[in-house]
Amino acid sequence: MTGKQPFEAVVALHGATVLRVCRAVLGPADADDAWSETFLAALRAYPDLPADANVEAWLVTIAHRKAIDITRATARRAVPVAQTPDDATAPGADRAGDGLDGDLAAAVAALPAKQKQAVAYHYLAGLPYADIAAIVGGSVDAARRAAADGIAALRRAYPDVIGTTAQTTGGSSRKGGGRERV
Amino acid sequence: MNAFDLTRDLKRAFPQDPGELSRLHARLAAQAEREGILDVAYRTMDSPVGPLLLAATEAGLVRVAYASEDHDTVLRSLATRISPRVLSAPARLDEPARELDEYFAGRRRSFGLVLDWRLSAGFRRAVLRSLPEIGYGQTISYAAAAALAGNPKAVRAAATACATNPLPVVVPCHRVIYSDGRIGRYLGGPEAKRALLSLEAS
Repeated sequence: MTGKQPFEAVVALHGATVLRVCRAVLGPADADDAWSETFLAALRAYPDLPADANVEAWLVTIAHRKAIDITRATARRAVPVAQTPDDATAPGADRAGDGLDGDLAAAVAALPAKQKQAVAYHYLAGLPYADIAAIVGGSVDAARRAAADGIAALRRAYPDVIGTTAQTTGGSSRKGGGRERV
Repeated sequence: MNAFDLTRDLKRAFPQDPGELSRLHARLAAQAEREGILDVAYRTMDSPVGPLLLAATEAGLVRVAYASEDHDTVLRSLATRISPRVLSAPARLDEPARELDEYFAGRRRSFGLVLDWRLSAGFRRAVLRSLPEIGYGQTISYAAAAALAGNPKAVRAAATACATNPLPVVVPCHRVIYSDGRIGRYLGGPEAKRALLSLEAS
């Protein structure tokens, strides 16, 4: 039997990855809607998908288009707010309790769209740059460069955060000197 | 930080709890149902004869499967034979599951479900469609089942129809046995067939 898998298997296999990609590209507020629209569109088109197609690349392609639709719709509805994207580019600063992962998510959110997409599609979805170029447009080299630039920006932000954590741990153990009084 | 760490850290930066994905899955199933693109909905239920897979098209209940048939294999076969738009979507199976629960609890003697017969054809379908005429707790022979379907000579075909019934329990092929008392072939295995007959005898 060489038929296609039940769509349920597609959701089980790729649902988590697509949700991560939607989160990375759109942020938490719109990720659920993007996921729902992606899988609904995929379910509709699934019978016509060639049996040998790369399902994950196909899903990321749909998610990419849905994310663009949602971003445009949000921009149309948006009222001007005081916060500019630059405010989010200082990870680690004034973000107590957010932790390492929250800071990395914030650093990803602060990346320019092309870099964010290239990083998410390559490092979260595991797609090769040729597939990413086909999805976002432009050359394979441009896709590779966008991911490299994005990673460089994350690296600039990320080691600071690790350093901060290590320092905090060392400091707190030294300060807990209440034992002598008891 | 190498590429492996980066992927791991990025995944950790966008965590998700399983509850979130199952909530999104339920929303997808409901939207698909509303838009008429949920070609095959399924769920599983526990029963005294083991876990049962129930699957329904928009036309009605299309498949009941025992665990011995391997539910994944059955779902792949439904994807090939009916449509690959197959989703776990319990809502469409609420009524079949309720009636089956009542049957296994001894509170129901016949089913009032809408059935989709597309998985059987020709004389086999004729045999299966006539089986609900056999009353609860009764048994007939394969020859009698052939006669009931209008072709008394087609005993082997009637036996094959019963042995490959896509809607066991609901379409009571378990009520057809050999005239010498042997239990005969059954998709759920002979123990399941005996269990149903003894349930109906009590």
